[in-house]
Amino acid sequence: MSKLTTRQVRWGEGLLEKLFFLCAFLSVITTVSVIGILAVETYNFFQTVSVWEFLFGTRWTPLLEPKHYGVLPLVTGTLLIVVGAALVAVPVGLASAVFLSEYASPRTRNIVKPILEILAGIPTVVYGYFALTFITPVLRNVIPEMEVFNAGSAAIVVGIMILPMVASLCDDALRSVPDSLRHGAYSLGATSFEVSGRVVVPAALSGIFAAFVLAISRAIGETMAVTLAAGATPNLTFNPLESIQTMTAYIVQVSLGDTPTGSITYQTLFAVASVLFVSTLILNVLGTWVMRRFHEVYE
Amino acid sequence: MATESENNKSVLVISRQLQRRQLKARLFEAMCIGFTFLAILVLAVLLIDVTIRGLPWLDAQFMNSFPSRFPEKAGIKSAFFGTLWLVTLTAMFAIPTGVLAAIYLEEYAPRNRFTQFIEVNIANLAGVPSIVYGILGLAIFVRFFALERSVVAGALTMSLLILPVIIIASKEAIRAVPISLRQAAFAVGATRWQVTRAHVLPSALPGILTGVILALSRAIGETAPLIMIGALTYVAFLPEGPMDEFTALPIQIFNWTARPQETFHELAAAGIIVLLAVLLLMNALAVFIRYRGSRK
Repeated sequence: MSKLTTRQVRWGEGLLEKLFFLCAFLSVITTVSVIGILAVETYNFFQTVSVWEFLFGTRWTPLLEPKHYGVLPLVTGTLLIVVGAALVAVPVGLASAVFLSEYASPRTRNIVKPILEILAGIPTVVYGYFALTFITPVLRNVIPEMEVFNAGSAAIVVGIMILPMVASLCDDALRSVPDSLRHGAYSLGATSFEVSGRVVVPAALSGIFAAFVLAISRAIGETMAVTLAAGATPNLTFNPLESIQTMTAYIVQVSLGDTPTGSITYQTLFAVASVLFVSTLILNVLGTWVMRRFHEVYE
Repeated sequence: MATESENNKSVLVISRQLQRRQLKARLFEAMCIGFTFLAILVLAVLLIDVTIRGLPWLDAQFMNSFPSRFPEKAGIKSAFFGTLWLVTLTAMFAIPTGVLAAIYLEEYAPRNRFTQFIEVNIANLAGVPSIVYGILGLAIFVRFFALERSVVAGALTMSLLILPVIIIASKEAIRAVPISLRQAAFAVGATRWQVTRAHVLPSALPGILTGVILALSRAIGETAPLIMIGALTYVAFLPEGPMDEFTALPIQIFNWTARPQETFHELAAAGIIVLLAVLLLMNALAVFIRYRGSRK
């Protein structure tokens, strides 16, 4: 650097800063493009199909005649998966978090946490394989009337998938509760159950709630497992034994075929993706907001 | 006498209550342990199931063959090399951009609303479902820039997907570098870039590398965005340049799993073994780097 004049150094520094800024600004461009593309194509879609029919129609058959564009079956399909996944992931995830933060020795913790991280790192297509070739056959032995493609197996496997996220976020929340609170309760003669149930969990409630919300948002966006295991039948039902279709699975189904740009089928992709994007965005914002806003700070 | 027996009674009641409370606590603990090990059990069952079904198919022929209608001739050669191409290009796009963005946000950016907006925006992008990135890739890279079903279109889509992960991990690593290090360098007259390059980045490197490896392993396992940009096609050749069509490991696994024949499910299991082996290796590398970094 000694051969450069101060002016050249300053000029170079300024250039670098601009370059770095551009890299960070790329994220803003990404967001704007996502919103822009979804908005434009959804607007085009609404030139053909009324907003009312899309939001409240109960039949979704854009690939078959007669065509219907009511998104409700896809929404209930997604809901069915989300509720089922939450039934699996919320109790198991919270219990694991309580175990990790309240009961486990540091040694056990150091073994269990990485295992949960492995569970979190397994690609979703593998979970789809597992649901279709393992969970469904096992369940069909018990419940013979279950269809080959069904919401139940997909929901269970999505639950397994979001479980590590629930466990890890809840664990963070529980561990941020100061030990003095636990000591106080124990010294009053409370049992470990009373300390966890009446002191630690209530103190960490905002973090736990945020964990649930973020995990549910993840479940809504989950694609491969539901595509493989839940089927491709848009079906307005709450029966987990039946085949359904989620919003994500519909998007995959369409993109497996060849869809020309500008066709109404191409536009349905974006309309459905808009519903998906908006619902996950609302949940994510809610989750982060709760986590920040209600985060108890202990002295 | 009466009071004593009453006392005894209340002691009895309290001790019985205590027993009940302690039983509850023990049951609760057992439940927590049980649920945790249930999660581990699921992982074990998944791995064992995949191994039993897939291992017999895993041989040199499987690694060296292209996909085929006949299970005994099918292999993952094009998928494996496709993944290699994809992850290499993704790394070339995403690592520099992500790390430089993190440097800007931590070292350069003024503390104002706009910076805050960028940071919130990145956090939100990290939560956008991967299939939405696929739609973005389809509309922008595949259709608008007419990159078609090329490796480069896939890599650009994946880069956008993992950028938030890289930026967030790098930011944390950079923030963990003690401020005194920067102050010392500034005090002897170093410019901001000199401070960053010679002091901040070397100290933050293990953390950045760990984040980068985990982000890349996410890119290896993602399926949905690649299906969106149309990578699910019969590809019986190796990509020779970034504009060639390609397939990838998770896509091939999806393709085999979606077929009704049991034999193809076994092939999928064999593919899963390869995929998980690659991911496990990368994870081990990340753990190793984190361990070496924390020892310093």
